[in-house]
Amino acid sequence: MTPAERLNHPAASPPLVDVRGVVMDYPGVRALDRVSFDLARGEIHALMGENGAGKSTLVKILAGRQRPTAGTIRLGGTEIRPASTRHAEAHGVSTVFQEIDLVPTLSVADNICLGREPTRLGLVRRPRLRARAAAALRRLGIAIDLDRTVEELPTAIQQLVAISRALDCDARVLVLDEPTSSLDASETGTLFEALRRLREQGLGIVFVTHFIEQVYAIADRITVLRNGARVGCWTTAALSREALVSAMTGRRLEAVHRGPAAAPEREPIGAPAAHAPPALAARDLGRRRSIHPVSLHVSCGEALGLAGLLGSGRTELARLLFGADAPDTGRVEVEGRPLPVGSVRAAIAAGVAMTPEDRKSQGLLLDFSVRENIVLALQSRRGPLHPLPRAEQDRLAAHYIEALAIAAPGPDTPVGQLSGGNQQKVLLARWLAVQPVVLILDEPTRGIDVGARAEIERLILDLRARGMAIVLISSELDEIVRLCDRALVLRDRTAAGALAGEALDESAVLAMVAAAPASASIANRTVDEDAG
Amino acid sequence: MATPAGQRSWHASPAVWPVLGIVSLVLLNALFDKLLPGGPGLFGPGAFLRLSMRDGVPAGALVDILNYGGAIAILALGMTPVIATRGVDLSVGSVMALAGAVAASLVVADVPSIAALATALAVGAACGLCNGVLVSFGGVQPFVVTLVLMVAGRGVAQLVTGSQITTFHDPLLEFVGLGRPAWLPLPMPFILATAMLGATVLALRRTALGLFTEAVGSNPEAAALVGVRSRLLVAAAYVFCGLCAALAGLIAMANIKGADPFNAGRNAELAAIFAVVVGGTSLAGGRMCLLGAFAGAFLLQALTTTMYARNIGADVAPLPQALAILAVCIVGSPPVAAMLGRRRKRTP
Repeated sequence: MTPAERLNHPAASPPLVDVRGVVMDYPGVRALDRVSFDLARGEIHALMGENGAGKSTLVKILAGRQRPTAGTIRLGGTEIRPASTRHAEAHGVSTVFQEIDLVPTLSVADNICLGREPTRLGLVRRPRLRARAAAALRRLGIAIDLDRTVEELPTAIQQLVAISRALDCDARVLVLDEPTSSLDASETGTLFEALRRLREQGLGIVFVTHFIEQVYAIADRITVLRNGARVGCWTTAALSREALVSAMTGRRLEAVHRGPAAAPEREPIGAPAAHAPPALAARDLGRRRSIHPVSLHVSCGEALGLAGLLGSGRTELARLLFGADAPDTGRVEVEGRPLPVGSVRAAIAAGVAMTPEDRKSQGLLLDFSVRENIVLALQSRRGPLHPLPRAEQDRLAAHYIEALAIAAPGPDTPVGQLSGGNQQKVLLARWLAVQPVVLILDEPTRGIDVGARAEIERLILDLRARGMAIVLISSELDEIVRLCDRALVLRDRTAAGALAGEALDESAVLAMVAAAPASASIANRTVDEDAG
Repeated sequence: MATPAGQRSWHASPAVWPVLGIVSLVLLNALFDKLLPGGPGLFGPGAFLRLSMRDGVPAGALVDILNYGGAIAILALGMTPVIATRGVDLSVGSVMALAGAVAASLVVADVPSIAALATALAVGAACGLCNGVLVSFGGVQPFVVTLVLMVAGRGVAQLVTGSQITTFHDPLLEFVGLGRPAWLPLPMPFILATAMLGATVLALRRTALGLFTEAVGSNPEAAALVGVRSRLLVAAAYVFCGLCAALAGLIAMANIKGADPFNAGRNAELAAIFAVVVGGTSLAGGRMCLLGAFAGAFLLQALTTTMYARNIGADVAPLPQALAILAVCIVGSPPVAAMLGRRRKRTP
């Protein structure tokens, strides 16, 4: 964690991959700023960082999808300039992207050799193709029927087929972008076994992930990026979880803070207050492959923060609370009355509202006017046959444009033309118009400027003061601490603990985010189907 | 009223392009009549603009456009909400043939004509329900679902009529296509189409159904997250489309006083899709313009009538027709529209 503890990589033999001073400029943004990174033979090197840290940009550069503005990439000592994925593969650098890019309707063998089928006189040589596919699978140590179509395989096996495909072109370097994000515990185990086997064969593996425990289970070294710059590189053994989390988030964390005061209070967050039922309560709410059962409650006039790193299950939990996904276990109660499972309409009728994480793809109708976007939820709750009179729509739009200081040329401006902050305000206005009991906000301040962010934060405090129950998801720890009465900390898709009152400060949350789980099987701390 | 057309200024409504197209076609025809040597002049016998009285009702090329454009307009009105939900209905032509076959066969079998009409409309709605349920609840692609009915529907129609053209004499059935009400001496198909336009605009714009339909097509995920009943809406759009197709089929049947299961509604689905697209509704779904689809249908008919008026043979006619359609589409395409929009802004 201190500079002295950083790994000093001896330059005896050139590393397998040596990235030096890579800069990547997009119009108006510097995504990577003089980042260096190296990978040795037979090493699994984790690349970590929060959203916007530059991980995926670096992966794209290694994969040849993007050319860096400046900097060099050396492979075994010789400089390479990959111009395409295929070009990078020809150099022996293979990348498996997060979205598994296999052809679902083709067979395993066809997928592994797709685009580089062995041919003679333009005709595919099937026996040779099958032999090559079988060889690639053997390197991973898995046995799959070569003739099965990919779509009928479980996700983990598809992932392994994608890796086999990457290995088929004599890969020396394997780049894995979030390979475990859709895998469950045992599937992750299978994948890790295969990765260890590849490591023994001398392959260098770059492992990009959000899951801290998985890094400690498999990675030899860890490089952390933040805001496009390299924070540092450590051997896994030399880096504590706390140090890793503070490196990722850029927030200092006193190691001593993990005393009993900040220890996880596991009990109280499930127990509703004695007198009145809480505005929103969930008991053992869980969903396979998505989140372990979690209990929580929020009362009127209270704000509950859901803290945790990206991928920790925050959004998944919010969607379960809102009925956008159906839970496998547990139930949601609003003001003491249970909600039907997995029904957004029932949740809205009971007074629950949610602004989704991705306001453009899940929230707004971009080519529709500000007015139409604002009235949409209220209109939906009234039903199609009771239209809001135009005068009422105009009044609502004018009211919220003024109340939330939405900077728009007029109520008939398409929402797509507004800035991110104003779009977020329109989304908030949509739900305020239905006067909800509970408001779930998923990353309400992501990607918006400082001024708008302050306004939205003020609005949240104001709503809370007026008696609304608020569930706030945010990657910004200071936001959680400033705006929330209590926080539920999620880690690796499971509730890590709760903090309230004085105990709720940034370092306590960080400590909880970083804490090692009690369970011994740290590799498998993803969603476990048996946990419910 | 909450119509998008009402919110926009007139030149921003997509309906303006087909309307301009119709106007320029009519002017072009008048110009030919006036300038061509030996032409009839502006209002001479046989001129495009000439309105004569035949059997006490107005007749002429302009009346022809209203008459024969009516059925396409009704199809286009039904197709518009379907396309707005990112779907398409290829089966409307076959549903037309089927509805005609059902009505004609029932009347020939001495069923009261009003019951025959009602049954035919119900058959159309049922076809739409099959499409809608398979698309929205079954999750099958609209193209595939409606293609199946496009092929099967015509076969069933032939089965109903025993693979022949069923002719009939029935005043009510004939009135649907050939009627000219005494109080309004206009072609019945045009009156029906206008009534359908009014009813559809009322149903979609005076309620929130139109907004929800557009929301589902524009951003299905966002619509689901505000609690819009997407599946029900999508299914309803297909039911309405089937109903419209049946009505158009009755008009086509009345026009020839017989049900022709082989040719009734042939290529009608293409005409309807063209009318909708020219009218400013994107095949990608989202915003729809009912008035634009309505005008687009009459633009298509104006083109056909022009071909007849100019004595262009049926073998050559598709070419100028296709070129005119291409021109309208290019003028309405986003880059050109943006260019025109910029120019408009520069000259206040």
